[in-house]
Amino acid sequence: MSNPLADMEKPDVIFCIGTNMTECHPVAATRLKRALARGAKMIVADPRKIGLAEIADIHLPIRVGSDVSLLLAMAHVIAREGLVNQAFIDERTAHGEDFMKHVESYTPEWASGICECDPEDIEQAALLYGGADRGAIYYTVGVTEHICGVDNVQSLCNLALMTGNLGREGTGVNPMRGQNNIQGAGDAGALPNNYPGFQAVTDPAHQEKFRRAYGRKVDLETGMTKVTALDLCGDGIHAMIIDGENTLVTDPDRHHCEHALKSLDCLVVIDIFMTETAKVADVVFPATAWAETDGVCTNTERRVQRLRAAVPPPGEAKPDWWILTQLARRMGWQGFDFGSAREVFNELCALSPLYNGLDWDRIDLGEYQWPVPTRDHPGTPRLHEERFENGRGIFKMLEYRDPEETVSDEFPMWLTTGRRLPQYHTRTQTGRSSGIDYLLAEETLEVHPDDIARLGLEDGGWAEMSNPRGCLHVKVRATAKSPRGTVFASFAFEDVPVNVLTGGGYDPVTQTAALKACPVALKPVGPPPALGQTGGDIGLGRL
Amino acid sequence: MSTNGTGPTIVLDGEKVAFTPGETVYEAATRHGKDIPTLCYDPRLEPFGGCRLCVVEVEGARAPVASCTARCQAGMEVRTRSARVEVHRRTLMEMLASENREVDVDELTSLASQEMTELVDRYEARTGRFQGRKSGASRPDDPNPFIMRDYDNCISCYRCVRVCAEQEGDYAISVKGRGFDTQITVEFDGHLKESACTFCGQCVHTCPTGALGDLKALAHREVPGDTKKTRTVCPYCGVGCSVDLLTRGNQLIGVHPAMDGPANLGALCVKGQFAFDFVQHPDRLAHPLVRGEDGELHEAGWDEALDRAAEGFLRVRERYGRHAVYGVASGRAPHEAAYTMQKFIRGGFGTNHIDNCSRA
Repeated sequence: MSNPLADMEKPDVIFCIGTNMTECHPVAATRLKRALARGAKMIVADPRKIGLAEIADIHLPIRVGSDVSLLLAMAHVIAREGLVNQAFIDERTAHGEDFMKHVESYTPEWASGICECDPEDIEQAALLYGGADRGAIYYTVGVTEHICGVDNVQSLCNLALMTGNLGREGTGVNPMRGQNNIQGAGDAGALPNNYPGFQAVTDPAHQEKFRRAYGRKVDLETGMTKVTALDLCGDGIHAMIIDGENTLVTDPDRHHCEHALKSLDCLVVIDIFMTETAKVADVVFPATAWAETDGVCTNTERRVQRLRAAVPPPGEAKPDWWILTQLARRMGWQGFDFGSAREVFNELCALSPLYNGLDWDRIDLGEYQWPVPTRDHPGTPRLHEERFENGRGIFKMLEYRDPEETVSDEFPMWLTTGRRLPQYHTRTQTGRSSGIDYLLAEETLEVHPDDIARLGLEDGGWAEMSNPRGCLHVKVRATAKSPRGTVFASFAFEDVPVNVLTGGGYDPVTQTAALKACPVALKPVGPPPALGQTGGDIGLGRL
Repeated sequence: MSTNGTGPTIVLDGEKVAFTPGETVYEAATRHGKDIPTLCYDPRLEPFGGCRLCVVEVEGARAPVASCTARCQAGMEVRTRSARVEVHRRTLMEMLASENREVDVDELTSLASQEMTELVDRYEARTGRFQGRKSGASRPDDPNPFIMRDYDNCISCYRCVRVCAEQEGDYAISVKGRGFDTQITVEFDGHLKESACTFCGQCVHTCPTGALGDLKALAHREVPGDTKKTRTVCPYCGVGCSVDLLTRGNQLIGVHPAMDGPANLGALCVKGQFAFDFVQHPDRLAHPLVRGEDGELHEAGWDEALDRAAEGFLRVRERYGRHAVYGVASGRAPHEAAYTMQKFIRGGFGTNHIDNCSRA
């Protein structure tokens, strides 16, 4: 997030897009609710009538994957109505004039033909955000998990740049990170293009720094992403070590993924449970879990906080860093003499300019938000206050692109996926926490009542959902929360593995999978046979 | 404590002290070290003035004033522990104690659950002077596994109602009846699951009497030992809410919201509050596993498993080159895991074939 969580109570106008915050980041959503109680207005762009949409002033039920068209049209209205912040554009941005010309033809009427929202609602949303003294944008993977994920984010940046909604209290472009330390995994350098602290691996100065630190030459080129690596399993990639990820279930196109992992000569998995991914490994290492591990994590507002162990781990489980350190030593490598989490974290701090001012003891109370470049630095709750890190904010001239796969006569419905409040990811944790299943014990496919009638389905009955990648059976629930033509399911439950269907392309820049827009066919089927009568492989058959 | 000579002041128990404009008498007094009793106060919520325990004497005022709703005014003379207000407080505590089924509740009931007990003891209010009718009707019929609704012990302080509305924005909890017949409830007087309740547990942990209780923590009542608290951060989404883990011996028995958590200021959701016991689930992996010649995974010692993994990587490197190995770090494990993983790949194989799970 460019701005701190505390700023979520401060905007005049909130623009949420592709974020089901009341279910996926419920505590952050409480801050938005407080802003609304104070009188703030809210625009919510989401295909579904999610919890946030229920309390929004304007809900834009966009067709999945059409974000760029909506955002171009909003920019068009803001430019046309003179709601731009010219001083900000002049002082801090580049290509502003070109951008205003670029958006001239992208009217709300044009966008309406793509995103399927009322042009008048688009107009009103633009006027609201454009007219705000403090306008704040919040987004989640509903924006990024598309073939145009980067374009979507840059479209949001364009809106913030043209209105000067950056670097001030209650403004910003704020991604809500979905996992407790997904920010930290990037901070720590687990990226193919960046050393720790987002130092580009292609920069000679960084290469020299890490050559000295690690005592060996590291490739000068960017590595491949996990997506590419999975594509190349058995054909270039022959060994993999996976820590704490149920790759087989969470990644798109499950059949492809399973085949990839099984074709490795050597798969090593570190995890706390026997996940589907661990089941196909050659070696499985038991890791200590949350509440058993001392360590550090970074939240969505870049706040660096301590994790503390409170109970001993089961059996012989060990911290991840210990396992990797031992493994490195057996490979005969130097520089893996860590004796504690503290030593590991302090080495990271010494090598990352964002963390140079931090160490294990300084983060004890969680007061610091990075960058913290020096020991006397107070931390940076709000980014971009005086200047942008890379000079000027650059407007991007974007065009709308269709998703890689679009609905057709054969596959007429959009499937979009996500999480539900009580369950998390593939339920490896919430499914093993007592009581959670009382709140949500099974997956259902959310279908608009009109589509139920049109497709001959039945509320509470079963449907076969398929596309060329796969096929599954799922119980149907009638709800106007889904728009006509779009259905929704979470990927939480093993018996409804929606990721056998997803996988229609990747963003060309980040290689983020297009998990949010997937054409499918639906037809009624009978209920599954009672448990125990089959091999438990119901609905997993390949077409 | 005294004033530095600038800004407005009040006289607090005979001493001149500064206040911040807009500050309530309760806030100013607490800040200056006064221990004013209250049961309806939660610093996160709007002043309410319901329990009347925080009354103080203000010079010139006819009756005692609720300090939690009264704003400081320059020159105000306040007495926080005069004999008159102390008698008033004791009488109130005797009345409150009399309308509940029990005053002593297990400490595992909730974070604030001992507030009433402590005040009953402080004011020696177990006199039975007002014994008779009890107020509030419990809901043992609600089958939810998280929140005990034991309204026999409710004093209608409305903290649950207000935290649900003001802190969570959910407005799930409401009130029916008035006066002695006040009953805390939810829409249509039903079960929590059928209401707007999201089971965030905020009502439980602000309840000062144990009328609302954390059923998952209470299930560990019989675990021997003192309850220890350890501050950490929730393991689910990226908001980074601070929590205090409750343990007895080696057992994780519950979670309390951390009121001073920088990211959450005491707020939690159902997962952070109640989905903690996966940690000590019997399904946990406790020993390394290696795939045997029979194609199955078998338990092994660390030495054997580490050797097997190292041999596997070395063999692949020898046969296909160092670029044939790939590392995936977790967005769920701490920095130390991700850092060591990228060092394993970069410092070991000398490649940048490392990623984390953020692309899917």
